[in-house]
Amino acid sequence: MLHSAKPCEIQTGGFCFENTRRNAVLESSLSESGYKAPGARKTGTTIAGIVFKDGVILGADTRATDDMVVADKNCVKIHFIAPNIYCCGAGVAADADVTTQIMSSNVELHMLNTGRPALVTMVTRQLKQMLFRYQGQIGASLIVGGVDVTGPQLYSVYPHGSYDKLPFLTMGSGAAAAVSVFEDRFKPNMELEEAKQLVREAITAGIFCDLGSGSNVDLCVITEAGVEMLRGYDKPATKGKREGQYRYKPGTTAVLTKTVTPFPLVVVDESVQIMDTE
Amino acid sequence: MCRNVNGTQPDIQVHPTESGRNGITMNTRGLRSQLKDSVPVAGLCPQGAYGVQDSLRSGFTSVKNELLPSHPLELSEKNFMLNQDKMNFSSLRNIQGLHAPLKLQMEYRAARQIQRLPFLQSSNLALDTLRGNDESIGFEDILNDPTQSEMMGEPHMMVEYKLGLM
Repeated sequence: MLHSAKPCEIQTGGFCFENTRRNAVLESSLSESGYKAPGARKTGTTIAGIVFKDGVILGADTRATDDMVVADKNCVKIHFIAPNIYCCGAGVAADADVTTQIMSSNVELHMLNTGRPALVTMVTRQLKQMLFRYQGQIGASLIVGGVDVTGPQLYSVYPHGSYDKLPFLTMGSGAAAAVSVFEDRFKPNMELEEAKQLVREAITAGIFCDLGSGSNVDLCVITEAGVEMLRGYDKPATKGKREGQYRYKPGTTAVLTKTVTPFPLVVVDESVQIMDTE
Repeated sequence: MCRNVNGTQPDIQVHPTESGRNGITMNTRGLRSQLKDSVPVAGLCPQGAYGVQDSLRSGFTSVKNELLPSHPLELSEKNFMLNQDKMNFSSLRNIQGLHAPLKLQMEYRAARQIQRLPFLQSSNLALDTLRGNDESIGFEDILNDPTQSEMMGEPHMMVEYKLGLM
């Protein structure tokens, strides 16, 4: 449905709201017949971040859900923004992906213009201004973490544009489970291994206690020296191996009676369709 | 045939009276006239052939749909650039005095005049540089790129509209 009705208007880029009316009409007629309109794929996530002695650790699970069905068992939720800044995204999967890609491009342009490495506050500011402009219609909740010249920092940005700066943060549907682990065991200035274990446990709590999170734990360790992406750091949800044989031997159940009824079938038509098994 | 409620190129005027340098009164009436606070009203007669509603081109009909914006962001997105400019110019006016926004608006008007023919897509390079849009990427660069649009306006109609003959 394009601009055929308004030929004299100057066309601009950006969002086009032409289909919202059609969608509203379709949704109302669908709901009358009892069907539901298709929803956006959400990540139904647990993401977490922590500031430790030398930097920042970001963690995320890897399940993407489509309402009640798992759409992707191993998706990536930790996105690159700058060489020293990474971002975890929760909420609607497409919104989080595109938002982080736009931020990454803007950061690169900004670095080229100013000739300086990016600051985490700059990313947070651009994110919150953009999300506020769209009044929460872009459903992306993000945790931005990085190490810049001012030190390690961690910010969370909500879909409507508010942000928090804290030493540990969780977002997503499994946030409550993960933050309970943090609240219990977080200490300022932890060592690297201790901090990695803590984030792993928080994400694992989200994986087991929240239906929208699952599969593996991804970690991203950002220090002044560099970034280490640990994809699949822990896989707590793999199927266990069966220890023994659980089938019954034939003859375990005694046969009491047996009746045989033959079906007289006549072959009417026979056709062969070769399967492509390459 | 439908038209925008406000005409072709907007006229930017800054209100001539102003208070003293230490006055606090903000003068934002300059850009008010061009704020489009309505959705373009589709004409009262249907647009298809023989006056029958053309569902293929303009979708399902309902009077309410044509008068009110259907999405909460529709109006704010339409006026976003104008609102930004308004805010920036009025704070510039308060900080540096009248000459600063005047000079900038003069440059904007000059840059806006560098255009191709109405039905062709102009790059607006000068305008983008003035606004600072050349240093950032947003949804207007990614989605719905006018250079990739499948429809082109009818050349004669657009030139007539631009010249005010229609």
